[in-house]
Amino acid sequence: MSLDIASSQASAPRNAPPKMTGDKVCVFYGAKQALFDVDLKVEQYSVTSLIGPSGCGKSTFLRSLNRMNDTIDGCRVTGKISLDTDDIYDPSIDVVELRARVGMVFQKPNPFPKSIYENVAYGPRIHGLARTKSDTDEIVHSSLRRAGLWNEVKDRLNEPGTGLSGGQQQRLCIARAIATRPEVLLMDEPCSALDPIATAVIEELIDELRENFTIVIVTHSMQQAARVSQKTAFFHLGKLIEEGKTEDIFTNPKNKQTQDYITGRIG
Amino acid sequence: MTDSALAPSAMAAPAAQRRDFGLKRRHASEARFRFYGITAIVIGLAFLIILFVSIISKGYTAFVQTSITVPVEFSEQIIDKNNERATDPLKLRAANYPLVARNAVAAFLGIDPTDKAAMKAAGDLVSDSSRVQLREIVQADPSIVGQTRTVTLLASGDIDSANKGQIDLSVAEANRKVSDKQLELLNQLKEKGAVSMPFNWGLLTFGASSRPESAGLGVALIGSLFMMLVVLIVSLPIGVAASIYLEEFARKNRFTDLIEVNINNLAAVPSIVFGLLGLAVFINFFGMPRSAPIVGGLVLSLMTLPTIIIATRAALRSVPPSIRTAALGVGASKTQMVFDHVLPLAVPGILTGTIIGLARALGETAPLLLIGMVAFVADMPQNPLQPATALPVQIFMWTNEAERAFVERTSGAIIVLLVFLAIMNITAIVLRRRFERRW
Repeated sequence: MSLDIASSQASAPRNAPPKMTGDKVCVFYGAKQALFDVDLKVEQYSVTSLIGPSGCGKSTFLRSLNRMNDTIDGCRVTGKISLDTDDIYDPSIDVVELRARVGMVFQKPNPFPKSIYENVAYGPRIHGLARTKSDTDEIVHSSLRRAGLWNEVKDRLNEPGTGLSGGQQQRLCIARAIATRPEVLLMDEPCSALDPIATAVIEELIDELRENFTIVIVTHSMQQAARVSQKTAFFHLGKLIEEGKTEDIFTNPKNKQTQDYITGRIG
Repeated sequence: MTDSALAPSAMAAPAAQRRDFGLKRRHASEARFRFYGITAIVIGLAFLIILFVSIISKGYTAFVQTSITVPVEFSEQIIDKNNERATDPLKLRAANYPLVARNAVAAFLGIDPTDKAAMKAAGDLVSDSSRVQLREIVQADPSIVGQTRTVTLLASGDIDSANKGQIDLSVAEANRKVSDKQLELLNQLKEKGAVSMPFNWGLLTFGASSRPESAGLGVALIGSLFMMLVVLIVSLPIGVAASIYLEEFARKNRFTDLIEVNINNLAAVPSIVFGLLGLAVFINFFGMPRSAPIVGGLVLSLMTLPTIIIATRAALRSVPPSIRTAALGVGASKTQMVFDHVLPLAVPGILTGTIIGLARALGETAPLLLIGMVAFVADMPQNPLQPATALPVQIFMWTNEAERAFVERTSGAIIVLLVFLAIMNITAIVLRRRFERRW
């Protein structure tokens, strides 16, 4: 199995403190436990990919990083997750503030049924990042440019975002997410609804965004994990089986289950 | 060909080469079902057509009214014999205007004033409402007394019916409402070109009257309009707020389940029960006025609320969850998510539900009977606190009247009500088409 390992290493110094830390994280949906004692560190300015078979808890873990699990009735999280030094489940932390700091891109492109401009401008506006029209214009333009969408949409900013192609919609969602200037960007299988060309564009984009954002990505494609991430965590049946540098996980896994998965024997 | 090994008997007959998929049976059952469906639709349409044909054929004549145009002499002798009108305005109010009208018709036809029977027949041709009509002309311009003007008077209800051919002339004269003498005079008027059939604006503008020719839906239309306004103002905000809270904010637990079940039950409560409730609460307890559109509107609001809540919740639920997660994902608070993203997408559904609820309320009769809106109201209500009736109640009251002219007016009123309902339902459909699925 030939894997295209991301050659560039994390630009953050090795001993920098982790951006996000999960400590004994357990997630329950009602009586059912979906995640068991996950300890995971997310390095700053790097891409961490979460891989594993369907239903292994990788999306659940991702969603607990910006408390999107709060919206699910009966969902309960124990353990500790911190962003820098703040415990994000602490009562003093407001989810609105947390989600402004930890943005998210979803599996299915989900632009608002509004104009392209409004899609991007909404976040900065509600978070008070843009007070004037020119501020908003500036943020919208730079976000679209960083998401690599500017040249394709600059003449039709007032057309509905839902009229774009799937790959463009997903890049619009990325532009929307980075417009609020988050510190961490969560991506839940961002390419699973896209064709290979659109996927390649997004992967390239993820590599560029790494300079300014800490990225956590859930993916089903091991090739994608290998291409875009510096660190990989393998989940199976709700447990974190193995984590480490992407090249180590794919070339020299320590755990038998990890090896079985990446060589295609399970999952 | 391994088939032969598996099914030797099938191979025996060459016609059985193809496997039996039961196609014949399937096609037959499909054809049967199509037939049932078409039959059901035909039956439904037939009933609808019978309804429309029956109502329209009975009611279309209500939209024209026989009128008699004659020169009227506002005789000083009759109106103000002693010339007191400058000092006593009551004189002009109490004058014998029917006599003025009778004399006008009699003079036009050249009837001998000493022929008592003919004079009475001439007087009966004209509606009693000409009293009000002539009085208003004189009061508006008292200098008209002593002059002659051409005035168009309403024909009386029975003459109107006779003119429309609705009175069975084969019945003996003593047993019908229109005498031969009246018919003869009517024909003379027709020959002289004094009888016309203009559009019956009175049907839409007059208030209640015991005389069919001067009875109209004016008060009922105003009353229904006031009630619809009250329903809209009361039940739309309450219903939408309740639905948003239940759908987006409330935790799902036993208590909200209980509320949900009760809202659905409330939608099924017979409307007369709401009428009793309104009588007990709004009139007896809060002391609101009887027969007033405000009370009717409040009662109908109670009735419409569950409809609006159910429609609004369905509209909110039909907004895809991806929109909600998208909004929450960029850090919108729950309130921002609802009001910036979910509610705008649900508005068409909410409006559709509201209009359908209003249309139901517009056609509701039973609860209004209990709160006294089944009243004889001749004066236009100026505000929702003054007595009024409602369209369906007016129809109900007219069905109890005996005159032939009320039969056609009842059907005419039903047509008016159906037109309003159709307009509202079409608006709902147009709204739904227009804004459907923007995502």
